[in-house]
Amino acid sequence: MNPVYVRRRRVNALMMSLAVAALAFGLFWLLWILGVLLWEGAGALRLSLFTQMTPPPGGDGGLANAIVGSILMAGAGTLIGTPVGILAGTYLAEYGRRGWLAPATRFINDVLLSAPSIVIGLFVYAVYVSRVGHFSGWAGALALAIIVVPVVVRTTDDMLKLVPNSLREAAAALGCPSWKMITMVSYRAARAGIVTGVLLAVARIAGETAPLLFTALNNQFWSTDMNRPLANLPVVIFQFAMSPYDDWHRLAWGGAALITLLVLAINVAARALFSRKH
Amino acid sequence: MSFVLDNTGTIPVPGVVPVPHSRPPMLRNNALMDALFRNTTRFFAFVVFSLLAAILVSLVVGGWPSIAKFGGTFLFNPEWDPVQEEFGALVPIVGTLATSAIALAIAIPVSFGIALFLTELSPVWLRRPLGTAIEMLAAIPSIIYGMWGLFVFAPAFQTYVQPALQNTVGQLPIFSTLFSGPPMGIGMLTAGIILSVMVIPFITAVMRDVFELVPPLLKESAYGLGSTTWEVVWRVVLPFTKVGVIGGVMLGLGRALGETMAVTFVIGNAHNLSRSLFAPGNSIASALANEFNEAVGEVYTAALIELGLILFVITTVVLACSKLLLMQLARREGVKS
Repeated sequence: MNPVYVRRRRVNALMMSLAVAALAFGLFWLLWILGVLLWEGAGALRLSLFTQMTPPPGGDGGLANAIVGSILMAGAGTLIGTPVGILAGTYLAEYGRRGWLAPATRFINDVLLSAPSIVIGLFVYAVYVSRVGHFSGWAGALALAIIVVPVVVRTTDDMLKLVPNSLREAAAALGCPSWKMITMVSYRAARAGIVTGVLLAVARIAGETAPLLFTALNNQFWSTDMNRPLANLPVVIFQFAMSPYDDWHRLAWGGAALITLLVLAINVAARALFSRKH
Repeated sequence: MSFVLDNTGTIPVPGVVPVPHSRPPMLRNNALMDALFRNTTRFFAFVVFSLLAAILVSLVVGGWPSIAKFGGTFLFNPEWDPVQEEFGALVPIVGTLATSAIALAIAIPVSFGIALFLTELSPVWLRRPLGTAIEMLAAIPSIIYGMWGLFVFAPAFQTYVQPALQNTVGQLPIFSTLFSGPPMGIGMLTAGIILSVMVIPFITAVMRDVFELVPPLLKESAYGLGSTTWEVVWRVVLPFTKVGVIGGVMLGLGRALGETMAVTFVIGNAHNLSRSLFAPGNSIASALANEFNEAVGEVYTAALIELGLILFVITTVVLACSKLLLMQLARREGVKS
């Protein structure tokens, strides 16, 4: 056979096997991490994890206060960030055909989407925590809200742009004013996509640690007071994992497994919701 | 007689005496509601627009004591002495850049391979599940990577990989310095490897998207001339999508630079400058995560905030470049089709 052809075939076979190897490399890490989490987490996921408070060093206990704190802050962050994101996204998609604001905002939003979350924590520290003089759950919620906003803006903008213009024109032809057209027609058509965006944002902030370090800090005791330092899962995991105590390590693995399962479940749910509609 | 809508919203019909009336109450509110809704959405768009500038300004103000005291030398000073209040950002900056460089060196070829597999080789029914599995790497929270890295990956790396590296490539001239020192498991190289796993899904996603932009006609022409799959990818797909691929790499770089928790767990948090990648080091984000809450004194806090400012400026520039490159590709695509 033609030697050039043989060589080309060999290069091709080599490169294709490398591509398969790259995929195997990627999946290898995923399986390794999930396997370790399930293995270590299975020993730690017990009922006491949800009912008892975080223990003092070396003691046994649970993560109840941290779980509640995380839910409070993630909930407040989502409730603050979602309306801001949806309204800003609405402007970009529905009103943004003319003028400088929409393209500029879209650009800045994409930068914010990947901005380091620890800097968001510093920002909230500088404008809120250092002013009021103490760490608090609200500061944490604010930092999480700032992370939610770009995700929701991006998905809302993308999903509204997918709504066919003929729907808008039909509404306008019936004499529908534009605010009603957007709320009654565009939002309804894009609902699944917008909800997907909010779910992805929740999944993103559920495990965020860095922005909470300088804002919500941590609290060893039961507290639901958003105006004081608030316990939360990620920071408790960080603190416990860095400690020398075995009991704390076990609790940290329990929390880690809990967060990862939640985040992966939300991701799968968001994908399922989105693909059913499209 | 023209049937032009007058501003009351009724069409004057000949022979019918127009009843003197104002607008029906439902319609009267609409102009008001329209203006209200439009301006509310515009206000929030403006809030998002000004967020970037607000973050920059707040960091400059917060870091001002340090900026005023150290000026430009802050960037090049390797000292970090909280007791003497002598601060320089050189060590964290070098650590951030070095770990990100390691991450990209691993992540670029791997992401390219995965994107190639998913767009050219994979059977159609496998594309979605495999693509989702790779995307899940991005969904796992950073703190999980850190914990797994500290408890599982670093010990395994120390026992099996680091000695092997020292005994093989570690004998070559440059690598003997890079891989010198006792294998400790944690260190710059470990942080770089874990970062690479974290950015692979982002780079892969962009590469997949831009590879799919290549017109089938181009690829089929190349196949028709007898090209192998590799030749099509290397000579047709890659040149066509070059700008987008670089944009994806920049996006991955932006992610790697600012990654905090995973790096904090495994980099070792030592404030020293070492030629060896096995040595513990420091990155901007990990220095912030470790020291900020313990920082006492105005200058110490300000120096840390200035570190955050440097990180934010670098990542913003990198991400803006990435976005511009991807927009350029999208625009070219728009012109061609």
